Amino acid sequence: MYDITIIGAGITGSLIAHGFSKYDLSVLVLEKESDVAEGATGANSAMIHSGHDPKPGTLKCHYNLLGNRMYPDLCKELKVAYKPIGAFVAAVSKEEEEILDRLIAQCQERDVPYQVLDGDEARKEEPNLSDDVTKVLSLPTTGIVTPFEVCIAAMEEAMENGCELRLDYEVKKLEKVDDHFLINGEIESKIVINCAGVHCDDIAGMVRETPYHVEARKGEYYVLDHLNGEFVKHVIYPIPTVKGKGILAVPTVHENVMIGPDAQPCEDRDDESTGEGLDLIRAEITKTMKNIPYHKMIHTFAGLRPHIDLNDFYIQEDDQVEGFIHVAGIESPGLTAAPAIAKDVVEKIVLPKFAGTRKKENYVRRRAFIDMNKMSEEEANELIKKDPDFGKMICRCEKISEGQIRDVIRRKCGARTIKGVKMRCRPGMGRCQGGFCEPEVLRILSEELHVPVTEIRLNKEGSNVFVAAAKEDL
Amino acid sequence: MENYQLIVIGGGSAGIAAALGAYENGLTRILVIERDSEYGGILQQCIHNGFGLHTFKEELSGPAYAEKYYSLIKDNECIQFIYNAAVTKIDDMTVTVQTEEGLLHYHGDAIVLSTGCRERPAGAIGLRGDRCEGVYTAGTAQTYLNRQGYLVGKRVFILGSGDIGLIMARRMTLEGAKVIGVAELQPYSNGLARNIKQCLEDFDIPLYLSHTVESVHGKSRLESITLIAVDDKLKKIPGSEQEIECDCLLLSVGLIPENTLIEDLGVKMDRRTRGAIVDDTYMTSFPGIFACGNTLHVHDLVDYVSQEGRKAGKAAADYVLHRTKEGEKVENIVSNGVSYMIPQSFHKGSDCEFMFRVNKVFKECAIHVYGEGLDKKFKKPGIVPSEMQKVTLKKQDLEGLKGELNWEVVTE
Repeated sequence: MYDITIIGAGITGSLIAHGFSKYDLSVLVLEKESDVAEGATGANSAMIHSGHDPKPGTLKCHYNLLGNRMYPDLCKELKVAYKPIGAFVAAVSKEEEEILDRLIAQCQERDVPYQVLDGDEARKEEPNLSDDVTKVLSLPTTGIVTPFEVCIAAMEEAMENGCELRLDYEVKKLEKVDDHFLINGEIESKIVINCAGVHCDDIAGMVRETPYHVEARKGEYYVLDHLNGEFVKHVIYPIPTVKGKGILAVPTVHENVMIGPDAQPCEDRDDESTGEGLDLIRAEITKTMKNIPYHKMIHTFAGLRPHIDLNDFYIQEDDQVEGFIHVAGIESPGLTAAPAIAKDVVEKIVLPKFAGTRKKENYVRRRAFIDMNKMSEEEANELIKKDPDFGKMICRCEKISEGQIRDVIRRKCGARTIKGVKMRCRPGMGRCQGGFCEPEVLRILSEELHVPVTEIRLNKEGSNVFVAAAKEDL
Repeated sequence: MENYQLIVIGGGSAGIAAALGAYENGLTRILVIERDSEYGGILQQCIHNGFGLHTFKEELSGPAYAEKYYSLIKDNECIQFIYNAAVTKIDDMTVTVQTEEGLLHYHGDAIVLSTGCRERPAGAIGLRGDRCEGVYTAGTAQTYLNRQGYLVGKRVFILGSGDIGLIMARRMTLEGAKVIGVAELQPYSNGLARNIKQCLEDFDIPLYLSHTVESVHGKSRLESITLIAVDDKLKKIPGSEQEIECDCLLLSVGLIPENTLIEDLGVKMDRRTRGAIVDDTYMTSFPGIFACGNTLHVHDLVDYVSQEGRKAGKAAADYVLHRTKEGEKVENIVSNGVSYMIPQSFHKGSDCEFMFRVNKVFKECAIHVYGEGLDKKFKKPGIVPSEMQKVTLKKQDLEGLKGELNWEVVTE
């Protein structure tokens, strides 16, 4: 019998698991995909909002403000990147300036630091801001992270401290039996926490009539190659509309630039295909930005946001089924809010049920991922001396060595797929998109996992790279 | 730190030839730095034949061509190779090299960049649809098949008629896959005529000109693609969609010169070739750094890469030994059908060979070269973008030229 089972290993599920791993409790995380961070966590705008925008009085607003303040310390604790690059909210008309004034008032009410610039002042800092921009709200507490890195690091550290993770494990049946839950007829747990993202209503519906319904919204993005801050240095927001935050230009931690997302209702909750959204993004981004270097485009992707019909996060213990905790509707600003949500779920909702539970005495901290690009030559040489694999370059675009790839496979919550390696140490994230390094990554995975090359997958079950040996079908 | 007269970055066809060219012209301390465990670069996975007709007057496989060319410098004490060595940085004519022995540094009086090119991936063309397994660049599928011995698909469709795509259509067929067809956005093929014949027609593989892939579909693995026709402005024609079942889509949609190392140095780049801007000595805007082969512009044939590498090696030797080119420097200006020109500028004091491509198919035309004091036409029965054009201007032709030199295609 587990004390706690978390369904879903996205950013909220992983941070909740991480929170519990500090206590003497048995924790299990179930994930239907082949890796953590495969849902919305792996495909979003990768930014930590300041909290200027959400509607007053909502949980989104509450947790956004708290989460924003937690990120710098959280990232330090998990040894992952956080960059407080700041954001510009750009208005292009008198009507938009009025909305901007409302956002400015919200900043004042919420103690969100800000500055107001006119168009020319803003263009001095961001020369590629559209000439139409007349007034800008500058938000210095907006930051960027690599969301899947935060998620992976949280899960890794949780697992270092005893948390269990089952991948490729889909919850199909969930019953309340006496004072505990029975999952798929085989796993017993005192508490179940629903962090199932776009599938959260399906999970809730297994124990009661679901109090919310997911209306998934797809957002598509362009990714541009490393531009080293030459194109844009801040996150650039347009003025929000009823439809959402609008099309952003977002520098990433690794100095790529993302442009997106749109927001389309999406029936199929596993549909991460790209399409017409990309055309819309191209048209809309010109409102705030000019000189977009599309010839530097290297990737496009789409993510699904788990919007629910309650139009806010839904975070509470169920009022009918004791021990079932809803963490539902975690769409934007979900990434920002996640640490604050996790803290409340752990400390306010669940821990009181385990009276007398103590913090672990010897909590194990994870090691940071090895980033040779940030090392001095002396440090790199020392590493290569210890293990020559660190001298063997595998990914020429992102400059990743064989040693780094082996390291991310060998860790807790380690990579098991091509995409898993890519998310953890970036081979395949560069301009050739894995064209040169993927065959090497596949070989290394096969060696490290002690499985034949034919079993190595891109990500999901059935996504094996090889379909046949040469001449097998002749 | 060790000093060399010349450091060649990349030991593929261009790099080997550059080392040879530099040696033939007087250099005695040459270092070739190769990332892989052997010389030859991309030739090592090109096990089909057709290499070397110009250079060796015989048809060789890629590895055989590399071996034969390498034999010209084998055991040459003036040329050293280091393998499993990746250059991570060039700074003040010093290269930093990552190896299993640690980070090494070498200083060069000159540096030749011969780092080849990379393939345009799905992301660079904004390929739409699901993010499933089964979409590969043709060269990656070639690595998997020719070096690891596995097929990445059994029912294969190919987007783009670049040569690697055509070669892979034949290779995958021979290894047991069914290649359903090749789609090309342009109304003409982008591959060599002989590859269309030998890789598609001989195997009854249809070529869909003026077609592209609208989207790809599949949950975990590719299940189908939507093929769509385009009009003469390359716009998709609604209603022309057709679904094609396949488990693999190979992309052969262009090659991009690999220039990360010199982009970091601020070397001036040509937006069309996406390689460095060079003069007729193959020197970039950074004095002492030269570029040749596919890192400069994408070539059709390895023979041309080798020729260019050899010339760049000679030019680097001339630079190191202070044999500077005579004559005033002239800029090439391209327009009306000429998409790029290598070199982008040249010295007037000697014969000069120009290499360029046109941006569409021309029948019965002429290359018009003109400027103040020079006006010449070179008649061509027909030229296509996929075949690199060469024109040589003699020293005496160039003597009277004042100011820039213009290039265009004229049809009458």
